[in-house]
Amino acid sequence: MKILVSLKRTADPDNANKVKVAPGGAKIVTDGLEPKVNPFDEYAVETALRLVENGKTRIAGDTVVVASFGPKEAATNIRQSLAMGADSGLLFTTDDDSLDGDLVARALAKVVEAQKPDLVILGKQAVDGDSNQVAQVLAETLGWPSATFAMSVNLSADKKTVTVGREVDGGVVKLTLTLPAVISVDLRIVGAKAVTNNVTPAAFAYNDGPRFAPLPMIIKAKTKPIAEAPLASLGVDTGLKVRYTGFELPAARKAGIKVKDVADLVERLRTDAKAL
Amino acid sequence: MSKTLVIAEISGGRLKKTTLSAINFARAAALPFDILALGKSIGAAVEDLRAYGAGSVLVGDDALFANYVGEAFTPTVADVAKKGGYTVVVVTASSFGKDLSPRVAARLGAGVAPDISRVENQNGALVYKRPMYAGNAIGVMQVTTPVQVVSVRQSEFSPAAPSGGASAVSAVAASPAPNAARVQFVSFEEVKSERPELTEARTVVAGGRSLKSSENFKGVLEPLVDAFGAAMGASRAAVDAGYVPNDLQVGQTGKVVAPQLYVAVGISGAIQHLAGMKNSKVIVAINKDAEAPIFQVADFGLVADLFKAVPELTDAVKRARADG
Repeated sequence: MKILVSLKRTADPDNANKVKVAPGGAKIVTDGLEPKVNPFDEYAVETALRLVENGKTRIAGDTVVVASFGPKEAATNIRQSLAMGADSGLLFTTDDDSLDGDLVARALAKVVEAQKPDLVILGKQAVDGDSNQVAQVLAETLGWPSATFAMSVNLSADKKTVTVGREVDGGVVKLTLTLPAVISVDLRIVGAKAVTNNVTPAAFAYNDGPRFAPLPMIIKAKTKPIAEAPLASLGVDTGLKVRYTGFELPAARKAGIKVKDVADLVERLRTDAKAL
Repeated sequence: MSKTLVIAEISGGRLKKTTLSAINFARAAALPFDILALGKSIGAAVEDLRAYGAGSVLVGDDALFANYVGEAFTPTVADVAKKGGYTVVVVTASSFGKDLSPRVAARLGAGVAPDISRVENQNGALVYKRPMYAGNAIGVMQVTTPVQVVSVRQSEFSPAAPSGGASAVSAVAASPAPNAARVQFVSFEEVKSERPELTEARTVVAGGRSLKSSENFKGVLEPLVDAFGAAMGASRAAVDAGYVPNDLQVGQTGKVVAPQLYVAVGISGAIQHLAGMKNSKVIVAINKDAEAPIFQVADFGLVADLFKAVPELTDAVKRARADG
């Protein structure tokens, strides 16, 4: 089993309210925000790792490869996923500004042709552009079956199919995909028993959330390979299909008042806001 | 003049209200439009769709479309768009539209304007605005390919009202969908609720991690939800903690809502939560931490222990509503 995970370096989403817009609206400025692995991509790494291990021990022969597109500094973020347990990294360098979801998906398709994974796992969206399209475009480009917004993944014992629970409006849709396939993951995928592979004992429960890298793994990750090449080396058309002409800050919402108790709140809802 | 194709969302044979936001996009951009409806036995939904001023309603009624699967729908949507010479394909950014729109774009070689909050038709050039960075920046963008695929944010495009008349109906054939053979639809486990839909409710009452358990969501929050006749929402922290299903999540990575009244109970107001509700008309926050960021966007903030305040508020709201 070989799994390819794609990973994006994003500005710290917990401080996204500190992004600024350059004078004239030319670009979004994220100076001072720590670059982090896009949280959903970290979930994708966790999902991949759970599929290739028996609770804690790696299944012999299975591998997880992490690919990223962006500046050279993204190697640091790939290294973080290697410390979680991924085996190797691929970094295709370019400016973040010359990328969009469509180009990343078409570039990933080239990586898939070369790497021949059984599964590609991605986060459902990056928390900077919020576009939510790479998995869909990748699947369509490859002609592979796919399931977006996964909250559960069950790999069959013969490793020929995956059954995926998709978070959709109003409930959960279950699809069974014939491998090779593309999956994008949603929030609940890192629940204790959300990912199963018919190898890990049924009684085994993971901690909720993506795993922390212990110190020995962080040290080990330093020796794991990250192959770096320019994006252009993939032979993909680097033209973009959309053009951003400017950026604005949203209108700020004025803080209101503090009410003194429930009776005061109800009165104001009734008279000031006419909401009751 | 751009020819626009609106993709209808149909579930269980019924037209979903999400569709009406995509129709309103076409109206906002002053674009003539047709509607494509795919499903199985969808006569009633098609009848509904005829009342919105579309040039025609194109209907693909086929077993292939009995349940939504991206691989089954994409070839037909793309072929209809291509054969009809449509230059704009639009769908509402529900989980259906978010899944479908990039697939259709990939097949058409088109660029996508995802989850847009505004459109302006500048002498025929469509200029979009879309929230990015959890709504902390707004991007102004254009699609540069001959065909444009657009998904619209439901909370920013109000549902179109019927305009009278009856659009012509014509049938379209299902295109071959070879990739669908490797995707088997297993089930749809629907969360049944008597409450209004989260994205359509006039009032939303949402709970956070401070509720401490799924039992408290039931025992403490739900009575307030029902006293308001509201939809129930939750913060990502509450979903992460397993108190409620993700379906209820309000925020950057969940649902974006803009009701008349939003009541945040025990929600601190993390950036990604604010992204999903800060355009609500009136915001009420109840939290025992006076420094919680939620108070910075709340019109009315009550610093209190929710376990005391919520039952009190529930009774008061019941009385107020009973008085009319």
